[in-house]
Amino acid sequence: MATKRNPEPARALLARAGVRMTRVIHTKNFQELFKRYRRPGDLAFATLFFALSIGLLICLPSQTDWVKRTKTFAQPAFWPMISIALMAVFSMFHLLGSLVSERIEGRWLEVWQWIRSLEYALWFMAYVMLVPVIGYLPATIAFTCVLALRLGYRGWRWMLICTVFSIAVVVLFKSFLQVKIPAGLIYEAAPAPFRAILMTYF
Amino acid sequence: MDMLISGAEMLMRFDVLLALLIGSVGGVIIGAIPGVGPAVAIAILLPATFAMPPLVGLTMLLGIYGSSMFGGSLPAILINTPGTAVNALTTYDGHPMTKKGEALRALGLAYGASFFGGILSIIALILLSPVLAKIAPMFGSREIFLAALLGIVLVIIAHRGQTFAAGMLAAFGIFLHTVGLEPVKYTMRFTFGMDWLNSGFDLIVVVLGLFALSQAFLLLIEPESAPQTQRIEGSMGRAMMGVLRHKRVASVAAGFGVLMGMIPGVGEFTAQFLSYTYAQKTSKDPDLFGKGSPEGLIASEAANNAVPAAAMIPLLALGIPGEALTAMMLSVFYVHNVIPGPQLFQSKLDFVYALYIAMILLNIIVVVFMLISSNWLLKIIRIPTRFLGLMILVLSFVGVYSLRNSIVDCAIAAGFGVLGLILKRQNLPVVPIVLGMVLGGIMETKLRSAMARVKVPIDFFDRPIAAILGLAIICLIIGHFIGLYRERQNREPDSDHDMHDTFQR
Repeated sequence: MATKRNPEPARALLARAGVRMTRVIHTKNFQELFKRYRRPGDLAFATLFFALSIGLLICLPSQTDWVKRTKTFAQPAFWPMISIALMAVFSMFHLLGSLVSERIEGRWLEVWQWIRSLEYALWFMAYVMLVPVIGYLPATIAFTCVLALRLGYRGWRWMLICTVFSIAVVVLFKSFLQVKIPAGLIYEAAPAPFRAILMTYF
Repeated sequence: MDMLISGAEMLMRFDVLLALLIGSVGGVIIGAIPGVGPAVAIAILLPATFAMPPLVGLTMLLGIYGSSMFGGSLPAILINTPGTAVNALTTYDGHPMTKKGEALRALGLAYGASFFGGILSIIALILLSPVLAKIAPMFGSREIFLAALLGIVLVIIAHRGQTFAAGMLAAFGIFLHTVGLEPVKYTMRFTFGMDWLNSGFDLIVVVLGLFALSQAFLLLIEPESAPQTQRIEGSMGRAMMGVLRHKRVASVAAGFGVLMGMIPGVGEFTAQFLSYTYAQKTSKDPDLFGKGSPEGLIASEAANNAVPAAAMIPLLALGIPGEALTAMMLSVFYVHNVIPGPQLFQSKLDFVYALYIAMILLNIIVVVFMLISSNWLLKIIRIPTRFLGLMILVLSFVGVYSLRNSIVDCAIAAGFGVLGLILKRQNLPVVPIVLGMVLGGIMETKLRSAMARVKVPIDFFDRPIAAILGLAIICLIIGHFIGLYRERQNREPDSDHDMHDTFQR
């Protein structure tokens, strides 16, 4: 037997559905407002940057001074305060955009690529440490040859290219343009006639 | 006219002409190698130019800046890989032309359009310089502060779709500038008690890290590639003349280049976008755009090559760099105690003209070089990418270490190198950090001196230029939100974010 519908609950049901739908639409719009183009690892970077901003914000009172009898805009803390506040606000929205967007696979693979770059930062620092000790030219030849081997460029041809490139760079910058690069400690041990030439040009 | 002749005389020195030649030819080669770009080259060469006289150093850097885009069009057209970021649009029509067997024509049109855009913009600016010399003195502290603020606002909103990222990175740049000993009250800011932070972050160290080292790291961690190319046969000179059949598009594109180049924080991408849109809308064959249209190619190349000369305007007239490359050049001025700004246009107009004539000469040198060297350049662009990374690493060392012989500087640069790599892999812009650092410094100094004469806030805008600049900032911000609202109403899809690949600039 068919039951007669009670109009009141139906209206209430519709109203409830309407509210829910409005909520869905609002949520969708809110999400779309912040959705943006991203690449894998976006969330990791956004989180790190936001954490940096908050960290700096916390340090602001201890790392800057508020000087007496000085107007606000001339305070030493004024520009750090403005910049960190902007960093925090913008990075918060950037993070929000990342959180409400769909997940992209490969986040940790991307973070691994960032970590991999540290290896070459260390290679660079090793080169920096080596120059004042063994001299610019020997350090550059050693660095290019060893790193070329690490990168998979094997054989005498690549070693020759590395050596020629190193000599060209040193001659251009140190001998010709006279850029300030200190002489290597081992040049001190060179015979007197060559010492000055080595120290000045190589 | 006397000033123009005096400017030409300044250039007639062996060392200046040699620097111009090296800069121009070097710029083409650097621009042609995908993965290097003018920013890397300028960052590396910057410390070396400090030892040179100002005009020699600046002409060399200008040579690289102005000629790299010529070189960048070569791989863009032949192997669909832009040599510099601003040649990205050139691939849209240039490479399809190559696929249709019109490589020589495409290259000729690109070089011709670049030359046309470059020369036209320099002529426009030489004619404009006396006007600028009159307007520039009207810029006091508050106007320069507002112009710098306008630059920051523009660089943020110009990165549409990445506004929050550009904002946080620009703010980060401003913050970096504040670190260290503050020069007015002599207090320490964010040094955490560490001596090596007392002198703050040097702009060149940061720039070398963000542009050069990051590019080296990026090439070193990515898989190897060495593009294959084929020889170009035929008369390049005749192909270049083809641009004269599209004078209207080339002229309008150069006009957009000049206008957009003069506005800080805008630059090549907007100029290219506007000129490309104009060319397509007024073309008899709009469907060909993106499939090998000569007009599209000309619009892209004429616009991007008109920007460098125009970008020197805010730098020279106000001391405000509009983008990363002019920000780097600003440090050359400071090192030689030549302070760009209103006084420069008043007292050293011949120096300004000398720079413009140098730019005309560099365009001529580059065109002659391109006429004879395209096939030779094709061999250079085949350097394996990981080996290129190694080369950049070695060259970056010269740039960073020769500044102060500081291992700490090298470590800071390496740190920024890693940050730059992350930003590049995320396709986030690097330029806002550099502009934030430079413009942040300008804003801090100028606001302090400007506020000394301001009693109530509205006084800040009581001069006409200050009022116009203030109004422009407000209109731009409101316009940005209106644009976003309309975009959402129209449900427009996201624009091509790869156009924000400003990292190679």
